[in-house]
Amino acid sequence: MEREIELRPGKTSDARPVESKLAGRPRSLTHDALRRLWRDRAAVVSAAFLLFMIIISLSAPLIAPMDPTVTDLPNRLLPIGSPGHLLGTDELGRDMLSRLIWGGRVSLLVGFIAVLVAMSAGVVVGLLAGYFGGWVDSVIMRLIDILMAFPSLLLAIAVVASLGPGLTNAMLAVSIVGIPYYARIVRGSVLSLRNQEFVQAARVIGASDLRIIVYHILANSLAPLIVAATLDVGWMIMAAAGLSFLGLGAQPPTAEWGVMLSAGRQQIRNAPHISILPGLMIFLVVLALNFLGDGVRDAMDPRLRQ
Amino acid sequence: MTRYVVQRVLSLIPVLIGVTLLVFLIMQLAPGDPVKIMLGPRASEEAVNQLRRDMGLDQPMHIQYLRWLGGVLRGDWGRSIQLKREVLPYLAGRFQNSAYLMVLALSAACLVGVPAGIVSAIRQYSLGDRVAMVLVLVGFSTPVFWLGIILQIVFGLMLGILPVSGIQSPGQTGTLDLILHLILPSATLATGPMAIIARMTRSSMLEVIRQDYIRTARAKGLRERLVISRHGVRNALIPVVTVIGLQAGYLLGGDILVEMVFSYPGIGLAMVTGILARDFPIVQGAILMVASSYVLVNLITDLAYAYIDPRIHYGT
Repeated sequence: MEREIELRPGKTSDARPVESKLAGRPRSLTHDALRRLWRDRAAVVSAAFLLFMIIISLSAPLIAPMDPTVTDLPNRLLPIGSPGHLLGTDELGRDMLSRLIWGGRVSLLVGFIAVLVAMSAGVVVGLLAGYFGGWVDSVIMRLIDILMAFPSLLLAIAVVASLGPGLTNAMLAVSIVGIPYYARIVRGSVLSLRNQEFVQAARVIGASDLRIIVYHILANSLAPLIVAATLDVGWMIMAAAGLSFLGLGAQPPTAEWGVMLSAGRQQIRNAPHISILPGLMIFLVVLALNFLGDGVRDAMDPRLRQ
Repeated sequence: MTRYVVQRVLSLIPVLIGVTLLVFLIMQLAPGDPVKIMLGPRASEEAVNQLRRDMGLDQPMHIQYLRWLGGVLRGDWGRSIQLKREVLPYLAGRFQNSAYLMVLALSAACLVGVPAGIVSAIRQYSLGDRVAMVLVLVGFSTPVFWLGIILQIVFGLMLGILPVSGIQSPGQTGTLDLILHLILPSATLATGPMAIIARMTRSSMLEVIRQDYIRTARAKGLRERLVISRHGVRNALIPVVTVIGLQAGYLLGGDILVEMVFSYPGIGLAMVTGILARDFPIVQGAILMVASSYVLVNLITDLAYAYIDPRIHYGT
C-alpha cells in the first residue's frame, strides 16, 4: 500500500523526477518482501528461534553435555533439574538434554532434506508436464492423481511398509508424499507463464527449451515454491517424527524426537517429562515454521493475507 | 447433474486401478523374499514353497496382480499370516471402530471450528479473533501423538476421570463405556481439522461479508443478526464443505497415530502391527481399505459441493 502511494508521483506531467526518485532508491521485489517480513513480529521471532535451533543442532557434538546413547541404569528416570542432568534422564538413564539436542539434529535434518528432495523431484516433474503438455502431461498428471488418492501419512506408511522401517526409508517416504504438491504448483505456474510474451520473445530469439525453462519459467515460479516449502518443512518434520513414533522411522537407540516420545510412553506414570519434552520440541519447531511460513506467504504476496 | 455424477464416478476407475496397483506393489517392491520374511528365518524350504504357491507368488507379476485384484473384488482379501484368519472380515470390524472415532472427531471439529471461524470473521482484528487465529496455528502445529499423551496424563492419570486406552473396559459392553473410551482419542484427532475448518470458515466469511448483497441487506434495514445468519453464513459455508471433506485425508492419517497412542483397536493399529510383523495381507488390506474410503469420501465431497452450489459447471 505504502509503496503504491510513493509511486503515484508518476502521474505528474514531468516523468523525470519520478525516474530519479526510483533510481535513487532501487528496490527489488525480494527486498520489498523481506521488508514486509521484517515487520511481521511473529515471523521474525520464529525465524530467530529456528536459527537458534539450527545452530544448536549443528553444534550438538560440542555443546551436548553427554553422549546421547550412553546408558546409566542406576540414574534412570531422574526428574527435571537433577544435578548433572538439567532435564533429567530417560528410562535407561540417558541424559535428556543431550538426547533432545541430538534429536533435533536428526529431526531438522530430515525435515530439510525431505523438502529438498520432494521439491527437486516435484519441480522437474511439474516442469516437464507443464512445458511439454500433451501426452507427457497426461501421463504425469494421472500418476499424480493416483498418489494423491492416498491420505499423505498413509502414503508415507505404505512406502515404509514396502521398503521396511528405518530413518532413511522414512525420509524417502515423506519426500515421495511431497512430490505431487510441488509438481502441481510448478505445473500451474508453467501453464500460466508458457504463453506470456516474455517467454514467446525468448523463443523467437532462439533460446533453447532448457534455457527458457530455467531462466524464464522456473525463475518466475519461485515465489509459490518458497512459500510451500517453508510450510512443508514443518509437516515433514511432524510426519517423520510420527513414523518414528509408530516404530517405522528412526530406530532406538537413535536420539530422535519421535523415538524418544514413543519410548517415554511406557513411563508416563513415573516420568512424564520423558515423553512431554521431545513432543514439546517438535511442537515448537513446527509452530515456528508455520508462523514463518505464513509470514513468508504474506510478505511475498500480500493479497493472500489471511 | 446426472451427467456430472456419472462422469465423476467414471473418473474414479483409473484412480482406483492405480490405487490397487500401488497397494499390490507394496509387497512386490519389498526387499528380500516376502515369503521368507513372513515365515521367519527358521522356516523350512518346503513351507516357504508351499506358502509361495498358496499366495500365487510363483506366477508372473501381471498374472499375480490380476489374480489378487480378482480376489479383492470377490471379497477374498487373503489370510493374515500372524492372526491365521481372513483379512476382510477382520479389517471390516477394525474399520468400524475407526469410523466411530473419525465421525466423532469430525463432528466435534465442525461444531467448534465453524462457529469459531464465523465469530472471528465478524469481529475481525478483535482480541478474540487474534487469539483464535494463534490457536489455529497452535492447533495444526501440535503433533497428535504428543497431544494424545498429554491428554492421557491430564485426564487419565492426574484427574483419573477418563479411560486412556482401548475401546471398552474389561468385561464391559455398554454404549456409555464405549463413549467414555472415545472421548480422549476423538478430542485428540479433532484438533487439526478444527483449526483448519475455523481458519477456512473465517476467510470465507470475510470474503462474503464484503459482497454487495450483504451491503444491500444492511441498506434495506435488515437486522445485523439476520444479515449474518441468512445472507452471510449460508454463502460462506459453501467452500467450507469442501474443506470439511478434505479433512478426511487428515483424519485417516492422524487416526493411525491416535490409535497407536490410545491402543485403540482400529484399522490404523492393525496396519502398523501388520507392518512391524511383516504381515503383508493385513498391510495391503488395511491400506487398500483406507485409501478407497478416502477416494469415496472425496467423491461424496465433490458431489455434495456441486449439489449445494448451483454455480458449479457440471460439464467440465
